[in-house]
Order: sequence, then C-alpha cells, then structure tokens
Amino acid sequence: MNDGVLSNLLIGVSLTLVLVGAAAVVFSHHPSKQAVVLSGYGLLLTILFVVLQAPDVALSQVAIGTAVVPLIVVLAIRKVSDIRAEHRGITDGQEEK
Amino acid sequence: MTRRIRLIVLGLGIVAFAVSMALAFTGMPQFGGDLHAYRDAAVAATYAHDTANAVSSINFDQRGFDTFGEETILFCAVIGVAALLRPVYRERRREVSEAGHVLESTNLLVYFLFPLTVVLAVNVLAHGAVTPGGGFQGGVILSTGIHLLYVGGRYSLLRKLRPLAWFHQGEALGVVLFGALGITGAALGSALFANVIPQGQLGDFISSGTVPLFNIAVGMTVCSSVIVLLASFLDQALAIRAERVSDPGRTPRSGYEEGSAS
Amino acid sequence: MNYYAYFVAVSIMLLGVAGIATSRNLVHTVVCLSVAQSGTYVLLVAVGFQYGGVAPIFGAQVGKTTPVVDPVVQALTLTDIVVSAAVTSMLLALVIQIAKRHQAIDPDRLGRLEG
Repeated sequence: MNDGVLSNLLIGVSLTLVLVGAAAVVFSHHPSKQAVVLSGYGLLLTILFVVLQAPDVALSQVAIGTAVVPLIVVLAIRKVSDIRAEHRGITDGQEEK
Repeated sequence: MTRRIRLIVLGLGIVAFAVSMALAFTGMPQFGGDLHAYRDAAVAATYAHDTANAVSSINFDQRGFDTFGEETILFCAVIGVAALLRPVYRERRREVSEAGHVLESTNLLVYFLFPLTVVLAVNVLAHGAVTPGGGFQGGVILSTGIHLLYVGGRYSLLRKLRPLAWFHQGEALGVVLFGALGITGAALGSALFANVIPQGQLGDFISSGTVPLFNIAVGMTVCSSVIVLLASFLDQALAIRAERVSDPGRTPRSGYEEGSAS
Repeated sequence: MNYYAYFVAVSIMLLGVAGIATSRNLVHTVVCLSVAQSGTYVLLVAVGFQYGGVAPIFGAQVGKTTPVVDPVVQALTLTDIVVSAAVTSMLLALVIQIAKRHQAIDPDRLGRLEG
C-alpha cells in the first residue's frame, strides 16, 4: 500500500511539473528565452516518461526534445534576427517606418 | 479576422474540445488499471519472436510497415528543409571565422565527451533489441555527439568531420535498406516486413531476427537526417548572408521566386 | 488521480493551441505547436501505464507473467516524437523563408499568406 502511495505521489508530482513546464514554454514570449525553457520542458517530459516506465521513449525524448529541437529553434531565431538586422541596415535613412 | 474575433473563436473551440474530451475520458479505462488488451497481444508476439525489448519488436517487427512510413516522413521533411534552406539568389556563403572565445574547460569537456557520446550511441544502437534504445535513439545521440564540436567552437573541424554528401547518401541508403529488408520479408517469408531470420535466444546480443538489422537501417537514416537538418540550419545561421543590393529598399520579388522555384 | 494524467495531457494540448492562436512571432508559434503535440505523448504513455507494471524489456527478472506497461503505446509515442521533430524543423525552415521574403514574422503583420 505504501508503495502505491509513493508511486502515485511521484507520478502526480512529475505530471504537475510537466504541466507547469508547458505553461512556461507557451507564456515565455521572447523566443530566445523560449528555446531554453523548451529544453527544460523536454527534460521534465523525460522524467515523466522514466516515472511511467517508458525508458525507450525517455531516451529519444532526451535526445530530440532537449538537444536537437531547441538547437534548431536557437539557430532559426538567430537567422531571423540577422535578416531583420540586415533589413534595418538597408532601410535606415531610406524610408521611415 | 481581427484579434478579438480570433480569441472568441479560440475560447469557443477550447471549451467544446475540453467538454468532449472530459466526456471521452469518463468512458475510458482508469489510469493505471490492468486492462490492456493490446499489451497482452503484443507481449505474446514479442515472446514468439524472442525479442527482449518489446518496443523495438513492435516498431520493427510487428508494425514494420508503419515505421517505414514514419521513416519516409522524416526523409521527406529533411529533403524539404535542405531545399528550403539552400543559398538562393542574392545570397552568398561567407567564411566563418573561428574568432569566438571558448573557455578552456569547455574545450576539454568537448574532447572528453565527444568520444564518449559516439561510443554510447553505438552501444545504444547495437543493443536496441535487448535494452532500451535502438535505431532512433542511437542515431540521434550519434549526430548530437558530432555537433558537440560546434559547442567547442570548432565549426571548421565540424565541417571537415561531416562530409555532408556522405550523409545525404547515407540517409537515402538507410531508407532503401529498410525497404529492402521489408521486401526480403515478403520474398522469403509470409508478408511484407516479416521476420525471416532465425530469432535465437531471448536476451542474447544476436537475437530477435531482423530487428537489429532494422535498427542499423533506421540508425543510419536518423543520424544522417539530423546531421543534414542541423547542417542546413547552421549554414543559414552562420555562413549564409544576403548580398548587399545596389539599390536599397525592397528586394525585387522575382529574384527570390526564381531562386526558390529552380 | 484517476483522471489527472488525462487532464494534464489535454491541458498541455490546449495550452499549445492557445499559444498558437495568440502568438506574435512565428518561431513562437512553431514552438507552441510542438508543445501541443507533446500533449499526445503524455496521453499515450498515460493510457498504457499500469500500477506495479515494469518497463517492457524482458530478461532474467521480467518474464511472461510479470505485469508490464503497454509497449504498443510506447512505440507509438516514439514515432510521434520523431515526426514532431521533423515537422518542427520543416516549419522553422518555412519561417526563415518567410522572414527572408517579408522581413517580418509577426503573423498579424504579414497580412495574407501568399503561395
């Protein structure tokens, strides 16, 4: 019985953490901050999968969700801000917007 | 559609979705119960093929055709990204300088972690049928390990260590290998993606028939895909710049159209 | 506890959808889409869970009669994660392309989406 209460508690806590993490990702409006939060959220999901006895899923989540996807997001943000900076450099003095 | 109307539509949608989901969940078996019909069938099939890792068995043996479809999704997405992110009209590639300052300890950590990650990836890939892991995880870990060099500030070394043309071919080869294994199943066995190799003893390194071979094929595809993906994004972020146009202002549309259509 | 896991899964998905609808930056929109999709991972893995069940890796300790969690939904989740990564990267490539053409990535300022 004690074992059941403990596992319930563990599952409840990790589920709540995942929910909070998802909210943090959605509500962090600056994308560069969001990439870091997304990585942390991936880690929380990994913990949940380990708790729910899914090691295969946890392994692929930790590789894709905390490393590859946030890295792609960071690179995309960097590229987009470069494009905007270049554009601003071109239009400066030409037209006011 | 104005923002206000959009938010109203969103609210209505969320409420409707939440209500229908709540109704659906009350009719579902309870969380953590012991009623799992699919599990019982899958475990029996896993035992019949002497595969220790049930998830690998389902992915590569019992649902081989679905996984082939998923491979194809990944393959097409990577082709799409590579096509969208190549240097187009009025863009040039510039040399990336290695000027960035990297801490000594970061460097050391990279040198230490890089071989470790590669070994870990190969281990995860090779034991996919026996322990947690397999082609997907091994492939992603391997490609992430190679990109550690970027963290160490060695973009030029990364480019040397990563002959992209090889990985373009490796990706295609992985998909072809996967398909060929499936057709072999059809030719020698009863059905497409049938497990035709003797399965050996459950838990042994050489066991579970075709599953390790599928793991290798998937590992090749996934590793190459992730490398090609990250290479496209890294190139865009670091090396590719728009050319200074002689007459400033809005860039002519037709130029971009031409570049992306070819 | 009975329905909490399902509640969390649906909440994550709705959070993601709300984020997509209110987003002011296309990169943020794509990240919200991947959050919405992660709700399905939680739902799938939660459906297959069983109290006292162990991970579906058979061996010396885990035999035919040991209760294990459902490996079918785990295999589905694995597929889901890989597809999510593919979709996210494809969409981000499109966002970069939009930024190159319009120099703006606020969906409200883009006006209409052209082909």
